[in-house]
Amino acid sequence: MGKVYQDAASALDGLLFDGMSVAAGGFGLCGIPENLIQAIKDSGVKNMTIASNNAGVGDFGLGLLLQDKQVAKMISSYVGENDLFMQQYLAGELEIEFNPQGTLAERLRAGGAGIPGFYTATGVGTQIAEGKETKEFDGKTYVLERGLRMDLAIVKAWKGDAQGNLTYRKTAMNFNPECATAGKVTVAEVEEIVPVGTLDKMSIHTPGVYVQRIFQGDHEKRIEQRTTRAA
Amino acid sequence: MPWDRNQMAERAAAELEDGFYVNLGIGIPTLVSNYVPADYDITLQSENGMLGMGPFPTDDEVDADLINAGKQTVTELDRTSYFSSSTSFAMIRGGHINLSILGAMEVSETGDLANWMIPGRLVKGMGGAMDLVAGVQRIVVLMDHANKAGESKLLKKCSLPLTGQAVVDRIITNLGVFDVVEGGLKVVELAPEVTMDEVREKTEAALVG
Repeated sequence: MGKVYQDAASALDGLLFDGMSVAAGGFGLCGIPENLIQAIKDSGVKNMTIASNNAGVGDFGLGLLLQDKQVAKMISSYVGENDLFMQQYLAGELEIEFNPQGTLAERLRAGGAGIPGFYTATGVGTQIAEGKETKEFDGKTYVLERGLRMDLAIVKAWKGDAQGNLTYRKTAMNFNPECATAGKVTVAEVEEIVPVGTLDKMSIHTPGVYVQRIFQGDHEKRIEQRTTRAA
Repeated sequence: MPWDRNQMAERAAAELEDGFYVNLGIGIPTLVSNYVPADYDITLQSENGMLGMGPFPTDDEVDADLINAGKQTVTELDRTSYFSSSTSFAMIRGGHINLSILGAMEVSETGDLANWMIPGRLVKGMGGAMDLVAGVQRIVVLMDHANKAGESKLLKKCSLPLTGQAVVDRIITNLGVFDVVEGGLKVVELAPEVTMDEVREKTEAALVG
């Protein structure tokens, strides 16, 4: 069964439904699955719960899904760059579940690894731990956090092959490997699909078993904070 | 004379030890990297997935795939490694990072830290701050002694929602350096010409020693 699709729309065919949960890779606008986000926008699917570290900006990234109010809930660690998000949140149209960044990453990792929960010191004594079970280990208190398994994961990698093997580039890796494991179905978009056997087998970050569908897309790779020094 | 932002950063750089792996927060803590002693081998961690962070790029070097935790473009070094978010926070939560220098809105005399939300105002989120204060070996807060209204940011108890409970080891403000110890905050050092009377007047937290 081939994993390679022509584009984002065909790669998502049959996978989208109202009320679904989605894990989306990326940190800020770095390493986000731009083509898949646009295709989800075009599909008009509604009432989604999206786990992603950030919510994009008003006119790019996951911000695109807020424009037509397709998102009911975000699970994120930081949403500061998106005014549209704030408007919908303050109007009560959008729910936010804040997770500490490392807890979000570990929830996705654990969910993908078949671990339904784990204990962490992160957030103990803060409102993040309210209502959650705590336990003492070796005299220190930890809070129970749940693994996350989502209906769909959308990720972006640098190079991939028809087996679904992926390699990421620099800090564009971020949450993508964790998201890839946490989807019941994972769709990957890559900058380049290369022939099977040509990726360095010792440098594959996401083995193909995690990826069900893959396609090559064009990427704008917008920079949020272009910061430079004099040459 | 109280320290200015750069002098605060310079003082915070004295917290570094040769060979340290360090995570610097956004704002004044970022300036600390300008004052790393030349003969020290310091590796900066960026929690979005990079160990060995280099300076900002020249125009020619800008790479959309290479940013820091503040989403600014940065560069890599010979020593650099890249990894995923869960590995990055395993490094942080697992106590492998020696020091984190962070900004704050409030710190209590028991080392509680509040730096992520003000109820009733726009909430942006905690990012990686809760993980950093829970996991990094030593937490140094770098912040102004008072807020814009002139009120002490070193409190008996934080009024804002906490980022972490009993997590701060040392506080560096424009007035001096304070350690969190049994019973309150211990004055370690004062900025030039700053007096204990001035510190007492501008500090709500209990001062000891």
